[in-house]
This record gives sequence, C-alpha cells and structure tokens, in this order.
Amino acid sequence: MSGTRDLKLLGTKESLFTHRVVWALKLKGIEYEFIEVDLLNKSPLLLELNPVHKKVPVLVHAGKTICESLVILEYIDENWKDGYYPLLPQDPLAKAYARFWAKFVDEKFYQGATAAFFSTGENRAKGIESVAEALQVLEGEIQGKKFFGGETIGFLDIAVGWIAYWFQFVEEVGDFKVMNSTKYPSFDSWTKQFLQVSIIKENLPPPEAVRCVFVGFKNMAFQAKNAEN
Amino acid sequence: MATSDVKLLGAWPSPYVNRVQIVLKLKSVDYEYMEQSFPGKSELLLKSNPVYKKIPVLIHGDKPICESLIIVQYIDEVWNKNGPSLLPSDPYDCAMARFWAAYIDDKWFPIMGELRKAQEEEAKATLIKQAAEGLVLLEEAFLKCSKGKDYFGGESIGYLDIALGSFLGWIKAGEIMSGVKLLDETKTPGLVQWAQRFCSNDVVKDVLPEPEKLIEVLKMIQARLKAAATST
Repeated sequence: MSGTRDLKLLGTKESLFTHRVVWALKLKGIEYEFIEVDLLNKSPLLLELNPVHKKVPVLVHAGKTICESLVILEYIDENWKDGYYPLLPQDPLAKAYARFWAKFVDEKFYQGATAAFFSTGENRAKGIESVAEALQVLEGEIQGKKFFGGETIGFLDIAVGWIAYWFQFVEEVGDFKVMNSTKYPSFDSWTKQFLQVSIIKENLPPPEAVRCVFVGFKNMAFQAKNAEN
Repeated sequence: MATSDVKLLGAWPSPYVNRVQIVLKLKSVDYEYMEQSFPGKSELLLKSNPVYKKIPVLIHGDKPICESLIIVQYIDEVWNKNGPSLLPSDPYDCAMARFWAAYIDDKWFPIMGELRKAQEEEAKATLIKQAAEGLVLLEEAFLKCSKGKDYFGGESIGYLDIALGSFLGWIKAGEIMSGVKLLDETKTPGLVQWAQRFCSNDVVKDVLPEPEKLIEVLKMIQARLKAAATST
C-alpha cells in the first residue's frame, strides 16, 4: 500500500468528478493526500499538472500525473488490483458495457444537464429533454439490479453516482425538474441504496456547500452573458 | 471461431469503423463485415445500437458492443492471446494512451468537423490554429509514449496509434481540399514520420481509404446537405 507522500489528489471538496476518485481510493483503502485547488483563480500547480484541460481531478502518483476522472478510475483499478476491491468487472463484455454506460452518462446526461442549467429557450428545453431520455435509458439498465455493479458498487455506480446527490442541486439552482421517483422507480431505488453505502455516505460534501458552488456557477454565467451585451 | 460469430456493422469511409477493422486484422479475427449504406440506418443497426444509432457496432455471438474505442479494448481483451496487447501493460502508460485517445475524440477531431462547416476565413484560420496546436501536443505525447520506437505503442501498433491513425486519411483529405498542411514536418516531425509508417503498415494500408476517395464522399455529403437545405 502506497504511503501518503506518494499519492496526491488535486480537487475541490464540492467537485462531483473529484468525488469519483475519492470514492475509488476509499473503496480500495488507499491513502492519499488531498490538495484543495482554487478553480476560480487556477493555481500554477493545476495549470502545470493539467495543461490540456486545466481541470480537476488530477491524480499524482510517485510524480506521475493522470487526468480525466474515468481514466484515473481505470488507472487506480489496474494499479491496485490483486487483493483490492475491484471497480471494473473481470468479464470483457461486462467491462465494455460499464465503460459504454459511463461514457453515455458523461455525454448525454451531463451535457443535457449543463444545457438545462446554463441555457435558455430552446437549448434549455433540449437539455431537459436529453436528461429525461438519458434517465429513461438508465432506468432500463438498473432494473432488476441492486447496483450497476451487481451486489456491490463498482465503476459504473461511481461514474453515475453524482446523479444520486449533486443532480438535485443542479435542478434546484437551475430551476427545472426531471428526476421523478414514479417515472424512474428503479433508478430512484438505486440512488437511495447508493447513498446508503458507508464509503459514499461518509464522503459527500455538505448540501449547502454544493448549493453554494452551483449558485456561484449560475451567477458567473449571468455576469458573463451581461458582459457580452 | 465461426466467421458468423463476429459481425461488424460499418461504413468504409468511417475512421471509427477503420479502427475496429485494423484491430480485427491485427488480432487475426475472422468476421462478417456488413456495410451500412449512408444515410440509411438498417434495422439491425437500430436494434444493436438503440442509444446512438451509429456505426461501428461489433456483434459477438448475439451481443452488440458499441463505441469504437470500447470495441477496440474489448477485442484486445477477448483475443488477448492473438498478438501483443494493444494497451501497455504498465498502468501509467495505459492511462496515458487512454487520456490521449479521449483527447483526440473529444477535443481534437471535433475541430476538424467544425473546420469543414466553417464559412468565414477568420473562423477557419482560428480552427486551423487550434488543430495545429493540438497536433503539437500530440507530437509531445508521441515522443513520450513511443520512447524512441516506431509507434505510440512502442515496437508495434497500439491503442493510441489506432486512435489517431484512423484519422490520417481524413486529415490528408482535409489538407488537399484546403491547401493547408496540418501535419507539418517543421512543427511535428515525429508525427509526420509516424504517419508515413502507420499508413504503409501492411495491416493498415488495406483498411484506410485513399484520401481522394474520402474527398469524393465529402463532396457527395456536402451536395446532399445543400440539396436538403434548398428543397425546404
């Protein structure tokens, strides 16, 4: 097991993408040093370690840098493999499906949610529709299963996990509602069970902190729009 | 394994389909190729990929696998005894290959799509600059990943070679049509030599379409779009 000096995670306490990596490291029982980064005034350290995307999370392991949350998850899974909690399934087909759905969530659902949150008019409506369609698809995928990973949480649960917690604040601050326990009962059931998993429950930012960040995003976007006019 | 056990739904001009064709060849996998005519979507395609309705789709047994890079990894894992692994065994090198492949698909190649659509000269110039900057990043990645060898994957073609290499036909087609060189010997010498090596590789050269044929396809698509726009 690596010492704390060897492994650093750059992120923010509210970032949904950072939490994917937190959950993965905690599930594997790996110690690491968390480095809080200021995303508004991007620190030289962040720009040096992630010059391509300038985003968090960034994992630094023995001086080597890995960026992009899903890439980091696969790295963690491969580097700490035998004797550690498995994130991805062993079977190649199950692995392919987990990767496919994680990509789907990051594309269709996330992009739709971003449009619903930030846009107005037709783009906002399209975003909301995109989210609803994505939820319908996820509802189909989780039906009959406790978790996406089976009896225990795995890679796909971690990838989808932000929807179980952060998304309610996206809806609240963005002033739209798509999540519906009657329309998506299996997905609703999954969110409740996911949030009960002790590693997840113990590693969530306080609601007020998340709300605050999203309000901040909305204000920044509003100011930027006004500055353009 | 019977030929009909593995099917590939594809279209010959698609770089995403070319990726899968290259890998199936590298791994000596027999398969049935089913050309999907553009722009129609066959029933089998819609059934196998209801989420995106796009090619490539690999059907193994009766199980569909979608998204080219996911298919490439699947083939690498299932036929792991056929030839060298496409992804590096070292987790960090593997992460780098995944990172840059995602960069190519999510950030770099979309610029080329925007470039094809761009009307004004200023917009085109900005996009060409962005594409060129991206290639400089990929040049650095090539130097780091190849470690002095021929390919991103080292001695043999790997995941990242396939991810970027599949676009070489389209890049050349774009260069011919615009008269602007994207892969420039002065700015990205490593990539230029790699590109020549990749395209002349025995497995690849039978798969990647000639740039001239891709230009014909592009002209046909543009004509269709124009006709659709004027008829409404």
